[in-house]
Amino acid sequence: MATLLKIEEIAPAFKRYLVEMPEIARKHQAGQFVIVLLHDHGERIPLTIADSDADAGTLTLVVQEVGKSTMEMGTLKEGDEIQVVGPLGTPTHIENVGTCVCVGGGAGIAPLLPIAQAMKEAGNEVVSILGGRTKELVILRDEMTAASNEMIYTTDDGSFGAKGFVTNALERFIKERGKPEMVIAIGPAIMMKAVAEMTRPLEIPTVVSLNTIMIDGTGMCGGCRVSVGGDSKFVCVDGPEFDAHTVDFDLMMKRQRTFLVEEEEARRRYLEHHECQATKGGELS
Amino acid sequence: MARELTKKERMQIPRQPMPAQDPMERIRNFGEVALGLTPEMAIAEAERCLECKKPRCVEGCPVGIDIPAFIVEMADGNFEKALAIVKKDNTLPAICGRVCPQEDQCEQVCVVGNKYKPVAIGRLERFVADWEVAQGGEIAMPERQPETGFKVAVVGSGPAGLACAAQLAILGHSVTLFEALHKAGGVLVYGIPEFRLPKKIVEEEVGNLQKLGVELRFNFVVGKLASVQELFTEYDFDSVFIATGAGLPYFMGIPGEDYIGVYSANEFLTRVNLMKGFDFPAYDTPVGMGRRVAVVGSGNVAMDCLRTAKRLGAEEVICLYRRTRAESPARLEELEHAEEEAIDFRWLSSPVEIYGDDDARVRGVRVQKMELGEPDASGRRRPVPIEGEQYDMEMDTVIMGIGQGPNPLVTRSTEDLELNRWGNIVVNEETMMTSIPGVFAGGDIVTGAATVILAMGAGKVAAAGIDDYLRNEVRVPRSKADGT
Ligand SMILES: Cc1cc2nc3c(=O)[nH]c(=O)nc-3n(C[C@H](O)[C@H](O)[C@H](O)COP(=O)(O)OP(=O)(O)OC[C@H]3O[C@@H](n4cnc5c(N)ncnc54)[C@H](O)[C@@H]3O)c2cc1C
Ligand SMILES: Cc1cc2nc3c(=O)[nH]c(=O)nc-3n(C[C@H](O)[C@H](O)[C@H](O)COP(=O)(O)OP(=O)(O)OC[C@H]3O[C@@H](n4cnc5c(N)ncnc54)[C@H](O)[C@@H]3O)c2cc1C
Ligand code: SF4
Ligand code: SF4
Ligand code: FES
Repeated sequence: MATLLKIEEIAPAFKRYLVEMPEIARKHQAGQFVIVLLHDHGERIPLTIADSDADAGTLTLVVQEVGKSTMEMGTLKEGDEIQVVGPLGTPTHIENVGTCVCVGGGAGIAPLLPIAQAMKEAGNEVVSILGGRTKELVILRDEMTAASNEMIYTTDDGSFGAKGFVTNALERFIKERGKPEMVIAIGPAIMMKAVAEMTRPLEIPTVVSLNTIMIDGTGMCGGCRVSVGGDSKFVCVDGPEFDAHTVDFDLMMKRQRTFLVEEEEARRRYLEHHECQATKGGELS
Repeated sequence: MARELTKKERMQIPRQPMPAQDPMERIRNFGEVALGLTPEMAIAEAERCLECKKPRCVEGCPVGIDIPAFIVEMADGNFEKALAIVKKDNTLPAICGRVCPQEDQCEQVCVVGNKYKPVAIGRLERFVADWEVAQGGEIAMPERQPETGFKVAVVGSGPAGLACAAQLAILGHSVTLFEALHKAGGVLVYGIPEFRLPKKIVEEEVGNLQKLGVELRFNFVVGKLASVQELFTEYDFDSVFIATGAGLPYFMGIPGEDYIGVYSANEFLTRVNLMKGFDFPAYDTPVGMGRRVAVVGSGNVAMDCLRTAKRLGAEEVICLYRRTRAESPARLEELEHAEEEAIDFRWLSSPVEIYGDDDARVRGVRVQKMELGEPDASGRRRPVPIEGEQYDMEMDTVIMGIGQGPNPLVTRSTEDLELNRWGNIVVNEETMMTSIPGVFAGGDIVTGAATVILAMGAGKVAAAGIDDYLRNEVRVPRSKADGT
């Protein structure tokens, strides 16, 4: 069991958790994730390790509340315990390539952070392009600034940085400054696909981190499989990072919708139950 | 005292039928199908045994249980003594009595079977194990030998790991069992369904391990959180037993296998069994099964998927197998149970393509009709496609139950570990030691997907190998050698 040491709301429906997990903190490398289980009726939720501190024995998780399980996680209190397994997945290949552009969107900024840190530490010129719907959804700005040589922001509504998408900013960057040696893009599948489409004709090596539906995270179920270069790959063990130019994003996006009906029902039931508890003034159900 | 019966009289007692839930009733619940013999039935069944001087049945049992000895005690109504005899060689009788493919093992060679139906050895074994539970648990609790100070890591909590851990603890070693998932039991909990093996039985066995002092570490993926080498260097173990099973699901490599609605058997069964998805939304993990379900394959794994789909309320449940019923690798009892439950078996049928809609959801399967041709290397006649005979079946779920390979998480992260060409670990069969001194392995990770009893047997052999290695080669526990 792992204790939640600190919980902060860092943006609307975004929480940061500091989790006590010394063994994982010692082993964590950029690009890896954990799976958490809230209780014995819960589902296994994959979450990237956004940061780790081997000395303090802690992990940082940044979670966007999108459905039943992540919303329920949001109701946990400091001192509560959850089950955590990891570190899972193949670590990012870190190398000094020159200039590396890190493109992050929404919750994807969390997994991007440790990668940007490691790329900068390896001597790269790290340029980060972060985007979100509106200013407050561009999360972890301070942490990403510390991990980057240069920051570029975009928002859909123009409330912060340039109005538009991260791909517009990336395009401008390339036009003005030339091709970077590498692009790493993490965010919604549609964003990663757009980045891949942009860098493909320019032949810029591009890495994406995929967030398919998972259960075990150890290569046992095959539920996380994606089509990469025509082969079926298991994201939890072969990934989560892949060469963006070989991923079949269309199929992946469809597969992410596998349990749409069930997820909607779970969310509805959860909210109903929750609201009814709230109106009853904390009465036990 | 048992009744004096002649050989002829014994043979004339009919094999006692296993009381079972009615098929039409049981397809609506997840309760156990086979209900177990009554004491009277068990005694009558035991009386059928001829107490052979050279019992062939014992040779048929992979762990060599002294079958006539325990059956004689049963015929006398001495269930406690019978249990002790069984437990000498099999630490998991409640499990093996339920899931062993007896018709290919002990019962296949029973002499009574030459003329009549063989003695129901598995059912008797199950009976004594259940009897113990009914008496309130561990009657034949083995005694622990004095502490040796040696620390052994057992990786994987399937039958191989459970058996090895129990045996090592009895021998006085300090044992930690590492399991990647959040529950212990391996395939016994995530694969084999409740209606065939109640999870309470597995929990009971795990509880017994804890009583023996075995420490359980869940959510610990060896190869990720610690490599096998680090279990020695950072965690101070003196020996490691790898029992990580055959957890890697195979797909067929046909078009459409990545569509929504195509599952590996592992995924489907894990959602239902381990995550309790059959009770969604009380449990959070959805299963997402449709109304028309096709399962590919005809082994135990496929039977479990078929019967689970039926219980989850699928209207049509179809089995596609490229050979015939005769070649079906499933336990006979499972096959018969599935037939009683109105599963639609399509023999000599092999899917060649899965087709879907624009949202990538499965719409159906294209099936190729087969016939049996020349025998292949395994001696079984090879299925060959009949040209031009293909048809489409509308389906919304397709489950691949065609087999599993070794999961490479541990083997890939362990240097100098010798593997065969299928990726299974190579061991010395007498000791179960791998190419790395002090590292042992057993169960499906060594043999490829096999059986519970073989895995359990391997765990026991390895425990003896490890014990010998520690006492005669290591001699001083690492923790003491370091002076800590
Ligand atoms: C390797 C990996 C790393 C991730 N890292 C983060 C992270 O750092 N921060 C973060 O906020 N989110 C992360 N996610 C996504 C997170 O796991 C999902 O948002 C969460 O499981 C949704 O569960 P829910 O019940 O709240 O929502 P649901 O309503 O169940 O689902 C909402 C959407 O999330 C996806 N999803 C649902 N179940 C799963 C599942 N079991 N596994 C993966 N995705 C699922 C589906 O696409 C679904 O449409 C990561 C996912 C993966 C695979
Ligand atoms: C659906 C199904 C039905 C079956 N039915 C029957 C039957 O009726 N009769 C029969 O005799 N046999 C049956 N079998 C086969 C039998 O279950 C297996 O042969 C047996 O379980 C193998 O035991 P094992 O201990 O080697 O491995 P497993 O039972 O596979 O256990 C391996 C364990 O190791 C864990 N693990 C894996 N990697 C790691 C890691 N890196 N770190 C930590 N832990 C790890 C896994 O999570 C798992 O818990 C069936 C198999 C399946 C899948
Ligand atoms: S363990 Fe299996 S093979 Fe051995 S006697 Fe029991 S049922 Fe038969
Ligand atoms: S072979 Fe059959 S009859 Fe003979 S001892 Fe074994 S179980 Fe009894
Ligand atoms: S999550 Fe099961 S194989 Fe990847």
